[in-house]
Amino acid sequence: MAKMTVITERCKGCGLCAGACPKKIVELQKAKRNKKGYFYAVCTDEDACISCAMCAMMCPDCAIVVEK
Amino acid sequence: MERNLMKGNEALAEAAIRAGCKCFFGYPITPQTELAAYMAKRMNKAGGVFLQAESEIAAINMVLGAASTGVRAMTSSSSPGLSLKSEGISYIAGSDLPAVIINVQRGGPGLGGIQPSQADYWQATKALGHGDFHLMVFAPASVQEMVDMVIKAFDKADEYRMPAMILADGLLGQMMEPVSFPEINVNAHDKSGWAADGHKGKREHHIINSLYLKPDELESSVKDRFERYETIKANETDAELYLTEDCDILLCAFGATARVVKSAVNDARAQGIKAGMFRPKTLWPFPVKEINEAAKNAKKLLSVEMSMGQMIDDIKLAINCSKPVEFYGRTGGVIPTPAEILAEIKKIGGAE
Amino acid sequence: MAVVFERPKALLDVPTHYCPGCTHGIVHRLVAEVIDEMGIEGETVGVCPVGCSVMAYDYFGCDMIEAPHGRAPAVATGVKRTNPDKFVFTYQGDGDLAAIGTAETVHAATRGENIVIIFINNTIYGMTGGQMAPTTLPGQVTQTTPFGRDPQLAGFPVRVCEMLSTLTGTAYAHRVAVDSVPHVRDAKKAIRKAFETQKAKKGFSIIEVLSTCPTNWGLTPTEAIKRLQDEMIPYYPLGVYKDTTEEEGNK
Repeated sequence: MAKMTVITERCKGCGLCAGACPKKIVELQKAKRNKKGYFYAVCTDEDACISCAMCAMMCPDCAIVVEK
Repeated sequence: MERNLMKGNEALAEAAIRAGCKCFFGYPITPQTELAAYMAKRMNKAGGVFLQAESEIAAINMVLGAASTGVRAMTSSSSPGLSLKSEGISYIAGSDLPAVIINVQRGGPGLGGIQPSQADYWQATKALGHGDFHLMVFAPASVQEMVDMVIKAFDKADEYRMPAMILADGLLGQMMEPVSFPEINVNAHDKSGWAADGHKGKREHHIINSLYLKPDELESSVKDRFERYETIKANETDAELYLTEDCDILLCAFGATARVVKSAVNDARAQGIKAGMFRPKTLWPFPVKEINEAAKNAKKLLSVEMSMGQMIDDIKLAINCSKPVEFYGRTGGVIPTPAEILAEIKKIGGAE
Repeated sequence: MAVVFERPKALLDVPTHYCPGCTHGIVHRLVAEVIDEMGIEGETVGVCPVGCSVMAYDYFGCDMIEAPHGRAPAVATGVKRTNPDKFVFTYQGDGDLAAIGTAETVHAATRGENIVIIFINNTIYGMTGGQMAPTTLPGQVTQTTPFGRDPQLAGFPVRVCEMLSTLTGTAYAHRVAVDSVPHVRDAKKAIRKAFETQKAKKGFSIIEVLSTCPTNWGLTPTEAIKRLQDEMIPYYPLGVYKDTTEEEGNK
């Protein structure tokens, strides 16, 4: 099973991860903010994740951990 | 002990190598270039690094880099070059790094001239870069003192983790005198607690830095440094007192000028004028205690400098303006003569 | 489950001060990944510039030195000459490296100093709030070129890799970008090669990384990536500008 986890307190909501995801399953949700006030990124469909880590490679804040 | 006849600039270099200086970064400028040339010949054989930098600015920053790793590092220049180095010196001071900087002074301002001068006194003691900081400033008056003070400068720079300067001049740099080199303990100071030389996985990473964005932290780091300065002021002043016990007129001079002043004092004594001389060997810290001792019986002081009068400010402060302080100086590379100084002694009333 | 991607150990586990979408973070990570992979953190000394990455000393796990503005190559020279067995890198922005520090950069290269320079080109001064950099593109609006950079008035942008590749002392000059996953992968390979070049004592390497500054460009992070691709890469073509590392006789 593949899984990407956003370390929400490290996320600055830049969205570069969403642009990099080949499955288009990473997005900046607009419901919850972290303590710094950023809308953080989430994976919208964990089952579709292939652990390619492209989101993490584009993340400037090392806010994404990818497992397989 | 072996005695060698050496030129001042070369003696500075040899003393540095013997004091464990592992690298010299410099840039050619008259009248100190023999120092770099000597280093170029000797340093590699002595297991160290000589590198001619692209500028004074680069040279002082190479010193910063080497000193950051705990290595004894040195650069040298003459007056216009020191202006360029001042940026790096401020960073070195702000990063609490030891380093030795030589200034073989020439006339200024601007490109000035290439003859001896002492017009960088203010720069060395008060304004060698931006911010609240000091260097230790040593003022040799002979080639032997150039040797001894380079050795001491490396030691004190390490002890207090701050830059130290040898403030010489073109006369001292160019003249030859016999010198001997003492035995030196070069590994006296442990730098493993702060040096950025690779942590080898055995300690936290070390950061050499002068940036503090929080005002309270910057203030606190500066205050820590100034506490160290108080210790230095209490323990590290040094001066020569010559015939001061009974003097009516106390001449004050440092470096090469003091050699001329000493002749004038002897000439004055021969004519029955009770003259004496105070010669600071450390310009920062200024020997306050020593000058007050030297001036205790004097009616007047006379500061003699190869400048328009810079040390005179520190003299007045040191004695709290308790006595009149007169000035005689030549500048632009002109060296005052004993006869000129004797005439000045008589003019200001030394013959009373 | 096994972790397939996480923070490299040479990048300390602290939040950075960089703006959202600023690609400094990506480049920091790539340098740290290379340090981890080569196992050299304990043997590495980094030199930070003045500019947005001035506080990189708080982010890298190796020993770090903060240099005066533009002087990082001189500081690195002092470190490397006295510690030839250590890995030494500088991390510098365009103002630091190609304006105030041009002399230090050019002469470190021409001496063939055995160091690595990571050069962040984002066509602007970030830390001071968005003024013209030596790499600012013609027509680009900044605080100090409010009507767009006019080459008649402000001169032309400096192409650093092209310039340094003319110097005999330069062993490896490579311009990369961090606008996409393939380019990020290329950037990492280039940084690795630069460190390997130092390890093999082959001389001076510079990796120029085209980067973004969304805040001072006045763009969203995604728009900033698009500007890098559409405007910067045509002016600053990616690729290897010099590579003598395979030749015999390198220092």
